[in-house]
Amino acid sequence: MSDSLKKKLKLKVSAINNGTVIDHIPSENLFKVISILGLQNLKTQITFGANLESDKLGSKAIIKLSDVFFEDDEINKISLIARNAKLNIIRDYEVVEKRVVEVPDKVIGIVKCFNPKCITNNEDITTHFTVISKSPLDLKCKYCEKITHEDQIAIK
Amino acid sequence: MKKKDLISITDYSKEDYLRILELAAYFERNPNQRLLQGKVVASLFFEPSTRTRLSFETAINRLGGRIIGFSDAGSSSVSKGETLHDTIKMVSNYADLIVMRHPLEGSSRYASEVSDIPVINAGDGANQHPTQTLLDMYSILKTQGTLDNINICMVGDLKYGRTVHSLLMAMSEFKNPVFNFIAPDELAMPEEYKLFLKEKGIKYYEHTEINENINYADIVYMTRVQKERFMDPIEYEKVKNVYILKNNMLKNTKFNMRILHPLPRVNEIHTDVDNNEKAYYFEQARNGVYTREAIIAHILNLK
Ligand SMILES: [Zn+2]
Repeated sequence: MSDSLKKKLKLKVSAINNGTVIDHIPSENLFKVISILGLQNLKTQITFGANLESDKLGSKAIIKLSDVFFEDDEINKISLIARNAKLNIIRDYEVVEKRVVEVPDKVIGIVKCFNPKCITNNEDITTHFTVISKSPLDLKCKYCEKITHEDQIAIK
Repeated sequence: MKKKDLISITDYSKEDYLRILELAAYFERNPNQRLLQGKVVASLFFEPSTRTRLSFETAINRLGGRIIGFSDAGSSSVSKGETLHDTIKMVSNYADLIVMRHPLEGSSRYASEVSDIPVINAGDGANQHPTQTLLDMYSILKTQGTLDNINICMVGDLKYGRTVHSLLMAMSEFKNPVFNFIAPDELAMPEEYKLFLKEKGIKYYEHTEINENINYADIVYMTRVQKERFMDPIEYEKVKNVYILKNNMLKNTKFNMRILHPLPRVNEIHTDVDNNEKAYYFEQARNGVYTREAIIAHILNLK
């Protein structure tokens, strides 16, 4: 491969014209983030990298999405597993906005109730939690009324 | 009009409690009323609970209603793998009210979302059993004349005992309750309930044995200490006889004090207590029928 081609390819990976860059995702949660946001269904260009060096996380992942922009409700879903994620909104190769994710007040779907005797773990039901503490994260199940703590959170 | 359900005791306000307790007193005076005539109540017991089922079915019969349903999941389509969703959908086409007991937690809340007709939770696993709480409150009101300024001693399994948790929440709506928790360390009242009381400024005290504290109590609420709750069987052996109430312990208790127990008991109340006028657990069970008549009347706007 010629040097110029390498350069071009590199450019293609690192820069997007218009879209969103999600940075500071914990590497181990990259595929969960992809699944929560349903990125596997996108037809536009997606590039991602994992196990990149990060001062904050030790190892981070990054996702670059061409021509994709998120509503707050949508992107806040990943706050449960990517607390420190940062968004760069790109227009015309320029970062025009930076955003952080916020833990929502209600979590619908996404998370499993930790209680094995909860009806949501025994029948096909969308889970529904009220966030009773954001840090550390405590989620109260609408159905069994038990609290799923941060260290018990598993993605559905 | 929005349908009323009774899933969790905290779904109801103090006004709802008082209205139901007033109705319970009315049904105690006039137990046989044809208010449910022409109505069908589905009694769905996905796990057996003879005591609760008979209490509900007596209440329905005294109100003149008809009953359909099953008394354990083995005799229903559930054993053929039908989902709770489908069973509830089907039944809500047939009946006017569902009373359900289910081993899984949150099942009643889910059923109330699926159903077009009201649902009464008759116990969902270790989660909620709100009709028990209301009959406990009715028993306290009847024996003490008020729900304010009540000193309640709760004894036994305060960790897993759903009845004590719900009663604690409900009684906290009334003036100046005082709680004494008597339990082994392994079965102590969970932090979340103590925090709830702290935030409401309600006094509580913790003890590991039945001592002179019962002498100040208006209500002694006994629960079963079950062997299967202990990780270490030796711990169970150590404490199993500590939480048994005996007649000679009642000598210096208040004249108005009454002993409650959600039943069935094993050995935590010695049979020598049964003839003491302070033993109230059998009357408490009878109050369950009137309270359940009241709850049904309240939910279906019959009265
Ligand atoms: Zn749950």
